[in-house]
Amino acid sequence: MSSISTTRPAATPVVLPVTKAGLWLVGTAVLALIAYYFIGVDQGAVSVFGKDMHIHEFVHDARHFLGFPCH
Amino acid sequence: MEKKLVLRGVLAGAVAGLLAFVFARIFAEPYIGKAIDYESGRDAAQAALDKAAGLAPEAAGPDLFSRTVQADIGIGVGLIVFGMAMGALFAVAYTVCLGRVGGLRARSLALLVAGGGFVGMYLVPFLKYPANPPAIGHEETIRARSGLYLIMVVCSVAFLAGAVWLGRRLQPRFGNWNATLLAGAAFVVAIGVVMLLLPSLGHLGYNKEHYGNHATETPQPLTDGKGHIVYPGFPADVLFAFRFYSVGAQLLLWSAIGLVFAPLAERVLRPVTEDGAVRGAAPLPA
Repeated sequence: MSSISTTRPAATPVVLPVTKAGLWLVGTAVLALIAYYFIGVDQGAVSVFGKDMHIHEFVHDARHFLGFPCH
Repeated sequence: MEKKLVLRGVLAGAVAGLLAFVFARIFAEPYIGKAIDYESGRDAAQAALDKAAGLAPEAAGPDLFSRTVQADIGIGVGLIVFGMAMGALFAVAYTVCLGRVGGLRARSLALLVAGGGFVGMYLVPFLKYPANPPAIGHEETIRARSGLYLIMVVCSVAFLAGAVWLGRRLQPRFGNWNATLLAGAAFVVAIGVVMLLLPSLGHLGYNKEHYGNHATETPQPLTDGKGHIVYPGFPADVLFAFRFYSVGAQLLLWSAIGLVFAPLAERVLRPVTEDGAVRGAAPLPA
């Protein structure tokens, strides 16, 4: 790898040290996955609000349309 | 820097989700409506059959939201939140890839990562378990279907990331072109094996037991006790149109994420000199 970077600098200008940015990146990814879960999965196969179906019914069409399995 | 990129990713995702909502409202909702009409008609035919056979009809669940709310607001909220979530994941992947995947400019990288999101998060899982309109999918198998779908999503995203890593490893030996082809082939083989191992939805135990040996859960014609067809199977044209527009909406969503994010990222990443003047982007390697 190092031999390449000496002869051929990457055109993307900045390499972010992932360790420093880690908290932000991991936090963002976790929040995004939670949103993904509530749009796509909750109150179907598993449910954090028990038998309540309000989220499921509200985003019903989106869930089908985005390709998630639905009742 | 990473904060700026993440916020721009979420913004691009919201715009993309809004576009996908407009697309869905115009093109998909008529077919979702047709699928629900089919389901209602079929339930009525089933109830009539049950009544004739002396069985008590199944009570329908209450409607928590009207069709108008589901079709006009619910799908919009769903698609915009999904877009923002995907925009956030996109920005995380983009930030990690920055400078680590070879001689790519900020804008080109945005389009490639968006393409990866489309293929990994949606298209490859769709090949095995395609999107289904209402009326398709048995309530009793939702657990298995959700699990299988998420396995496909996780595998395709993980293998895609693995393929990028592999391509970078092979690049010094084989050059860009061949390393990319080899990594792509490795991805196809790996995900192909997973797709072969996972069962078709129609072949789940419950479905085989109750509905016979079919590859999918798409409703077959409804027959009475003598084998006469009293209600048709699910209309093929509705199924095709729904899936076609489902792919179209995701293509639109991910394209919009990439295209909106690309110029924003370039502005963030463009190096600024001390007196505030903006230098040109780093030269493209030959």
